Amino acid sequence: MASGLSDGRRLPTAVKIVIAGGFGVGKTTMVGTVSETTPLRTEEVLTDESVGVDDVSGVERKKTTTVAMDFGRITMRDEYVLYLFGTPGQERFWFMWDEVALGALGAVVLADTRRLADCFPSVDYFERRGTPFVVAVNCFEGVQAFDLEEIKAALNLGRDVPVMLCDARRLESCKTVLIDLILHAMKVRGLTPEPQQA
Amino acid sequence: MNEDQPERWPQEPRRPWWEDPGNQGTLLDDQSGPMVRPYVMTSGRLEPARGKFDLITLVVAAIPEPDGHLGLGPEHVAILRLTQSVMSVAELTGHLDLPVATVRVMLGDLLDQGLISMQEPEPEADMHDIRLYKAVIDGLRAL
Repeated sequence: MASGLSDGRRLPTAVKIVIAGGFGVGKTTMVGTVSETTPLRTEEVLTDESVGVDDVSGVERKKTTTVAMDFGRITMRDEYVLYLFGTPGQERFWFMWDEVALGALGAVVLADTRRLADCFPSVDYFERRGTPFVVAVNCFEGVQAFDLEEIKAALNLGRDVPVMLCDARRLESCKTVLIDLILHAMKVRGLTPEPQQA
Repeated sequence: MNEDQPERWPQEPRRPWWEDPGNQGTLLDDQSGPMVRPYVMTSGRLEPARGKFDLITLVVAAIPEPDGHLGLGPEHVAILRLTQSVMSVAELTGHLDLPVATVRVMLGDLLDQGLISMQEPEPEADMHDIRLYKAVIDGLRAL
């Protein structure tokens, strides 16, 4: 499978993490905070045949919609490169999520306590799909830190799903979230994480 | 794994071909983008002739940057220029400002002609390699 270059070098392997959550919750901010380059945008042009449009009666011309995803890159020292994809906010583009979630190491569901319900679909999606995920509550300025247990209860999360506070604008905070996600993903997949992460 | 690691990628990617001063005639204004419909660039094809091209499939040109067009379209040539250093399908679409499906068709053409090499991502079933997780954690800590 691994295709080499003509001069014998190997190409690195790409892995990805999905950043999900409601509209305006800070997905692109988080991608931009950790990405080594300015985040890029990839677009898929859709016709209404591929989108769950509510009602197309009376629509004579095929409509097209553009679904955009912002993403960033982190080059790992060894043979890996990590991509972070912010999911499109609209829930009707689930099939785009499938493409991004397939083969993902895990997902970060960003939540905003003022609009906690916005992250329900993401939580539901990754639960059903079996993708390891953590919930990171983005602490916007002026928002009181909430009790994480309360949030966990409100989201009806399994006991083993990590919930944490974060600031999507701060690198150290985003790093912590992503490392916790990887450790959680290892546990979910039956790999032994480092001992201090019991 | 292998002693010969790929070179570290450049921090700033090359500018897309339509930002090239020689190509400014193709734009109406800054916002308009190239004035060719995506399906025209692919001759109406929706699926690549070869390859699946996941968003994180890595692509690298198998030939040096072409001087002429080699009988290829300008977008194909732009892909060969961009992939002189390793780049993912998603990054290519971002730099070319073209829809993913369009770029996939063009990558299929280039693969078919042996002008690019690619590395597909790990299949989901193969995500139990502990080295992968450790490498990612180390990489994140080093940020």
